[in-house]
Parts: sequence; structure tokens; C-alpha cells
Amino acid sequence: MSLQILVLTVLDGIAYGSLVFLVAVGLTLVFGVMRILNVAHGSFYALGAYAAASLGLVLSAWGISAWFAYPLFIVAAVAVGVSVGGLMERFILRRIYVREEYLQLLVTFAIFMILDNVQRLVWGVQPYFYTEPLSLMGNVTIVGIPYTAYQIIFLPLVALFILFGLRWFLRKTLAGSLIVAVTEDREAATAIGINARKVFFLTFIIGTTLASLGGALDSPTTSVLPGMGADMIVLSFAVAATAGLGQIGGAAIAALLIGLGRSSAVFFMPELEVVVPYLIMVIVLLFRPEGLFGKTTARKI
Amino acid sequence: MLMRIVLPVVVLIAIVLPLVTSGWDAFLTLVWAKALPVLGIILLLQAGQVSFGHAMFFATGAYTAGFVIRAIPGGEIVIALAAAIGASVVAGLLVGVFVVRYRYIFFAMFNLAFSMVFFSLLEKFIHITGGSDGLSIPRPEVLGQAMERSEYEFVLYYLALALLVICLYGVHRFLDSPLGHTLKAIKTNETRIEYLGLSPRRVLLIAYIISAFLAGLGGALVAVFQGIATPEYAYWVRSGEFVFVAILGGTGNVFGALAGSFVFEYIRVTATAYVGDTWQLTLGLVLLVIILFAPSGLVGVINDIRGYLKKDPVASGHNKRPAGKTEKQRGEEQ
Repeated sequence: MSLQILVLTVLDGIAYGSLVFLVAVGLTLVFGVMRILNVAHGSFYALGAYAAASLGLVLSAWGISAWFAYPLFIVAAVAVGVSVGGLMERFILRRIYVREEYLQLLVTFAIFMILDNVQRLVWGVQPYFYTEPLSLMGNVTIVGIPYTAYQIIFLPLVALFILFGLRWFLRKTLAGSLIVAVTEDREAATAIGINARKVFFLTFIIGTTLASLGGALDSPTTSVLPGMGADMIVLSFAVAATAGLGQIGGAAIAALLIGLGRSSAVFFMPELEVVVPYLIMVIVLLFRPEGLFGKTTARKI
Repeated sequence: MLMRIVLPVVVLIAIVLPLVTSGWDAFLTLVWAKALPVLGIILLLQAGQVSFGHAMFFATGAYTAGFVIRAIPGGEIVIALAAAIGASVVAGLLVGVFVVRYRYIFFAMFNLAFSMVFFSLLEKFIHITGGSDGLSIPRPEVLGQAMERSEYEFVLYYLALALLVICLYGVHRFLDSPLGHTLKAIKTNETRIEYLGLSPRRVLLIAYIISAFLAGLGGALVAVFQGIATPEYAYWVRSGEFVFVAILGGTGNVFGALAGSFVFEYIRVTATAYVGDTWQLTLGLVLLVIILFAPSGLVGVINDIRGYLKKDPVASGHNKRPAGKTEKQRGEEQ
């Protein structure tokens, strides 16, 4: 019995951690390159989830096989991330890169308020359910415990794919190298002819697309409802901060850590479920203010 | 100018108003009470730090006042307010000790995280807090006197006004004290403060506790006025509203808290009928416009107009954002 609970806790933690990683990695990437914390990142997660859920409902209304849902989810996520994220960077963020930090925070917070309201206007306050992609993949039995393949195989695989894909992209491709160059030293990069504006634009779109992809993939596992964006921004920030802001590989480990922490709370102290991720973050940051994998930076005088 | 002339005039009008007309009392009581947390946000903004979580202290004050009034037979507003202040100061100290170690993003997000946790705890512990229905608060006695509703609201109006004026003046004086100037120096260059032998963390902690105190007092006043405290008091939207009102009013002066609170409540009361569904959207858009085009808020705009009238180039230049500042210059300033 207790072994089963232990296994279940681990499985829950992996499923949850991979999902949170998908969202947090976009947040940490955008911060690493642009030094901007996008508070509206949670809204992109919510928008992706809503877009996917409504697409799925259209599919089932037309009687089309739910197998099409998987590619369509990706299309929906990319469409939301690129269009809304692109507009946000081009018309709003671009104006504030030289402004004071608290104003940058406020601007993304304002966009968060706007998007939160827009999604309420478009989709209402009723929860959406579209669980077919989840049931379609069936169950797998791990140490005697049946678990949905979608959550325990598909999602972690996607998370690993994103993690290694992103590392490969940043290290081996030209566009990735440009992003790294701008991150390391924006002025020097601009001096040798790199268009930092374009790099920022590209980075931001990648970040928001990852968030909406996280939302789209999460939609079959949960009910899509208002307020999910606000919860997710704080949670993904907790992951990113625990790892050290800007650390992509670290975010994966922190997401797993927080996922496991949360799932054990669900089984052992259900009241503390919401508190545990932040508790982990607070404890880590008390001892390592720059996060588990962050580098200490020299102070400027 | 603002503190010497405008504030006394406004206070005088506020004192006379309920005696000559009625109908504004309830609205203005809320304006006075809600200006207090905004004042706390403005105080922290002097150090360049923005908190997305001050609703937690607002709710701390509200719930503490509620519990105290329910616990004491008859309830006593003075004890309730004192307890609310005490609780929010303690909460401010506990959270503050942690968050003042961080700046900017971390400061803002940790406050948000703490308030989200507090919000869900208020919702979860139904048997203590009444869950999402909230905690109903009976009308308390005032100095041992049981009161009728109209009488009670009349007293509360003046009580809130008096507390607000004291706090406005107190924060104004604080900002002009050596401690206040040290606080402003955190925004410009923190390392220099350390070279002076001062501790920026301690200074920020003091400001943080004061801001928590202001938010708690405001929350307690709103709660005893409305007779209820709900978890929504601690929700991030409310924290966002405090920050919004601070930016709307103008962060350069404590008077911005009062101006912003008045305009915000007025818009809220008149506009929710028309834009009820798009309230948050409207707030977000206005916030964007203010930050992009008028970063010094209402008080800044008033100063600008005054500058134009006087043809005073210095005053009229107040509201201009530092245009053309390059990344390099900004880096050198830091």
C-alpha cells in the first residue's frame, strides 16, 4: 500500500513537473535574453489552453478523430504564441527596454490584466473540458499502478524534446548563436552587426509559444477555467527562480523537484498543496539567493 | 505647495462636506480607507520596488478586525483597529525580513507568491475564515457606544479621514527625513548607501513594515465599514489595483495616493455600470497609457498644467520622460 502511494506520488510529480517545465522554460528563456520578467506569461499559458480546448470541442462536434487533436494543438499554440506574443513585443515591450525595471514589470502586469479579461470575455467563466486526447492514448501500468500514458509518457517526452531541442538550437544553429551572443553582451553583439531587435523579437515569440504550448498540452488533463493563468505565472516563476533565472537545464530539475514536492503534499498534507512549491523556492533562495544553478554576478558600483 | 495649500484645502472641504450635503459619505469613506494601502505602495516605489502582493496585508487587517469584533461581546472598533495594526505590522515584519533581501523582479514576485498562498489559505480554512463566502462582521461599538447605522457611518467617515491625514502627513515627513532619503537612494545606487555605513535592507524593511501597516489599517477600515471580509481582499487583482492607483495618482508625492484613490473610486462607481465586464481590461489599458505617456500620474499632469500657466520651464518639464536616454547612459547611472 505505502509503496503504491510512493510510486503514485513519483508518477504525479513527473507528470506535473514536465508540464510546469514547458511553461517555465519560456519564462526563463525570455528573462535570460531580454532581462524582462513577463508577468503576462501565465496568460499565454491560459490562452493556449483555451484555444486547444475550443479546437478540440469543434473537432468532436464535427465527428473528426481526436488523433488530429495532437498536431492541431501544436498549430493552435504556435498561432497564439506568435500572433499575440509578436504584437506584444513589437508594439509595447519595444518601447520600454530602456525604462526603469519597476516600470517594465508594471507594463507586463498591465498586459496580464488585459489578457486575463479578454479571455474571460471570449470564453466566459464556465470551465471547458476536452479530455479525448488523454483517453485516446490509454493507460500504462507501472509497478501495478495504471496511469494515463498521455501524462506519464507523452508529456515527459515532449518536455525532454523541448529541453534538448532548445539546447541544440542555442548551441548549434546560427539563430541560436545570435541569441546567445546578445545575451552575453548586447553592445558587443550589436557592434559586430547583430540585429538585437530581431533577436529580442524572436526570443520573445519562442517564449510565448512555449507557454501556450504548455497550456494546450495541459488542457486535456484539467478543466480550463479563469484564474489558471495567474496560478501558472507564480508557479513557473517559482520554478525559474529556484533554478536560477535564465537557467534552462536547471529549470527542468527545479520543475521536477517542485512537481514531486507538490505531489507528495497532495498525498500527505493536502491543505499545504498550494504552499509547497513556494516553500521549496523560499528554502532554496534563503541559502542560494541566485538559485540552485544560477551564477553569482559581480556587483556594479 | 501640495502639502501646504492643497492638502489643507481638501481636508477642510472633506470636513465640511458631510455637514452640508449627504450622499457622498459612504463613497468618500471608502476613498479615505483605500488611499492608505496606496500610500504604502507609493512609499515602496520611492525605493524603486513594486509589490504585487500588498493585498495580503489589506486582508490581514480586515480579517483581524473581523475576528476581534466577533470575539469581544459588542465589539469595539478601537481595539479592532489596534489589533489589525498589530497583526499587519507583525505580518509585514515576517514577510519583510524575507523579501527585503531581493529587488525588482524578485521583490515583486515574492510578494505576489506570498499573497497567493495567503489567498488560498483563506479560502481553504473554511471553519475559521468562512471560506469564499467571507467573514461577516457585526457593527462594532465606538468607545463603548452602540450606534445606529447612519451614526456609525458618520463617525467612521471622520475616523477614516483623520487616520488618512495623519498617515499622509507622517509618510510625507518620513520621506523628508534622513531615513526617507536613504530609502530613495536605494533606487539610485544601493552600494553607495552601504559605503556610508548604512544597511539598505534595514531601511527597506522599515519602509516595508510601514507599508504593511498602512495596508492593514486600510483593510480594517474597509472591512468594518462594509461589514465583511472576503478572501478576495487578498487576491492579486486587488494588489494590482493598489499599484494601479499609485501609478494613476503619481508616485512622486504622497498626495498622489489621495488623488488616485478619489479618481479611481469615482471611475469605479460610475463606470462599472457600463464597463462591468471589461473592468480589468480598462484598468490594464489605462495603466499602459499612463506608463508610456504620463509616467508621473495625475499629480504630474497637474504640475505640468501649472507649469504651462506660469510659463515655468522647470515645472512643466516634470512630466517629460527622460527621452533619448541610451542604454549606455543608463548603465553608467547604475
